[in-house]
Amino acid sequence: MKVLVFIEQRDRKIKSSALEALTLGAKLAGSPKDCAALVVGHQLDDSVVGKLKGYGSDTTYVVDQPELKLYNTVLYAAALEQAIKTFGADLVIGLASPMGRDLLPRLAARLDGAIVSDVTALEGGGGKIQATKPMYAGKVLAKVTLLENAKQFVTIRPNVFKAESLGTGSSTVTKLDIKLPATSLKSVEVRKGANEKVDLTEASRIVSGGRSLASAENFKILNELADVIGATVGASRAAVDSGYAPHDMQVGQTGKTVNPNLYIACGISGSIQHMAGMRTSKVIVAINTDPEAPIFKIATYGIVADLFKAVPLFTTKLKKLLEK
Amino acid sequence: MKILVLVKQTPDTETKIRISANNMGIETDGVKFIANPYDDFAIEEALKIKEKGQAQEVVLLCLGDEKAREPLIKGLAMGADRAILVENAQLTQVDSLGVAKVLAAVVKAEGAGLVLSGKQAIDDDNMHIGPMVGELLNWPHINVVTKIEINGQTARVEREVEGGQVEIYETGLPCVLGAHKSLNTPRYTALQGIMKAKKKPFEVKKVADYGLDAATLVKGQKTILSGFMPPPEKPAGKVFKGDDVENLVEQVVKLLRDEAKVI
Repeated sequence: MKVLVFIEQRDRKIKSSALEALTLGAKLAGSPKDCAALVVGHQLDDSVVGKLKGYGSDTTYVVDQPELKLYNTVLYAAALEQAIKTFGADLVIGLASPMGRDLLPRLAARLDGAIVSDVTALEGGGGKIQATKPMYAGKVLAKVTLLENAKQFVTIRPNVFKAESLGTGSSTVTKLDIKLPATSLKSVEVRKGANEKVDLTEASRIVSGGRSLASAENFKILNELADVIGATVGASRAAVDSGYAPHDMQVGQTGKTVNPNLYIACGISGSIQHMAGMRTSKVIVAINTDPEAPIFKIATYGIVADLFKAVPLFTTKLKKLLEK
Repeated sequence: MKILVLVKQTPDTETKIRISANNMGIETDGVKFIANPYDDFAIEEALKIKEKGQAQEVVLLCLGDEKAREPLIKGLAMGADRAILVENAQLTQVDSLGVAKVLAAVVKAEGAGLVLSGKQAIDDDNMHIGPMVGELLNWPHINVVTKIEINGQTARVEREVEGGQVEIYETGLPCVLGAHKSLNTPRYTALQGIMKAKKKPFEVKKVADYGLDAATLVKGQKTILSGFMPPPEKPAGKVFKGDDVENLVEQVVKLLRDEAKVI
């Protein structure tokens, strides 16, 4: 089976999770000659694509044009389509990221293909593939079979599959020249967020606050803890609806689904919709004054205490520990 | 301009999801169905565009069954002009591309100048429909949209991506835009609005009305649902109580390092 992996970059930086996709692609392909990477953008020299060396693919397709500096669905779709055809890919793997989840469904529709998004496990290869994906924000796992009579597309959830340098694959760069289609869609600019931290969906550590924080200012104590352990700060829907945190910080069914190694829930009771968004976190610490709070049912470690007392103690103690 | 808003019926977000006995779906008995929460933002935005005089008609479109009636009536009560419910009786297991083919056919038949949808449905969480409908119509699509400004035949659109970054686009119309939560605040629907909404045009259609054949769509699908399973149970955790909070925190910090090995 020939596998093409869409390698995502922004500002000429390859996403670390893209190496997870490439590792998976190389394994499914079975041989470096049957695995190719695709990088789309502008000024993609070796300082960008060199990172792919050793991850099991012989070919790195590069589509490098000024019009592709910023992500543009229509133009990137043309690049991906060309690479699929040039390589003769049977399976395309991308990330379940804002870019991957935008681009791959468009291509699947164009090529009348099979697609499963936000995949957390994948079995098979060389034909039929069975993918596992969370539905109902993780309250259910669905097994979906991608039929072999079609081009297959999957986007994988970041932080689930392992990135592993296999030490194989020559990663030979092949430039693809593409005649870009005429489109009315223009990418104007990317406005940087106030929050330059790792996005919640990719964060390996998250400190999250609920309505008990009682004000936007009080999120400061969560930020202090997050700074000490290199975490991203999240919030419950109750905290967002109360105006204590912006919506892009919301974890839960109508917010973000997260999958960190460590999730520290501060003053979050654990509504069904919140837990749906974070229950797959590997280790969950819950701090809440109510011993009956549902969050304690899924917490690895729970502390029944006032978060305003416990969180600063966590900050001091973890800081001491990490400085050792 | 006519705006078509794609609506899906989904279980309420506070629903405790139970897998059905055959593992191929969820129990729907006693489950409250609502319009997919993100679709409310799409409906609201369509109404705002109409109120600015930039559109003449807002039409709700749903591929579904009777469960969709109430959410659609609610959308009409918000102010949409009419609703089209395309029956999915023979298409309940069709994949997202099959659904997108039906929706695109209706958009074409209606001659819409703009399609709005929620960024994703909270049941299958696929996020496929916007990009697919855009592709099938050969229109641009922009998903996870937080701001829309229509200026004649073009629109300036903001889309939220990772790390709080925002991609800014200019696009020609027609196009497909997928609404995110921070796009607007959906209006409240009063009871008398619902009574009035029941008198608005509500068409129930079949896929054949749009030149499609249900059997061909089912045969043409490329992914098959093999079954549902519950997520793995978390083993019971340790809960610490007591007045000496410092001591409780100390114990957990130690466990995070020595037992869980995450610090």
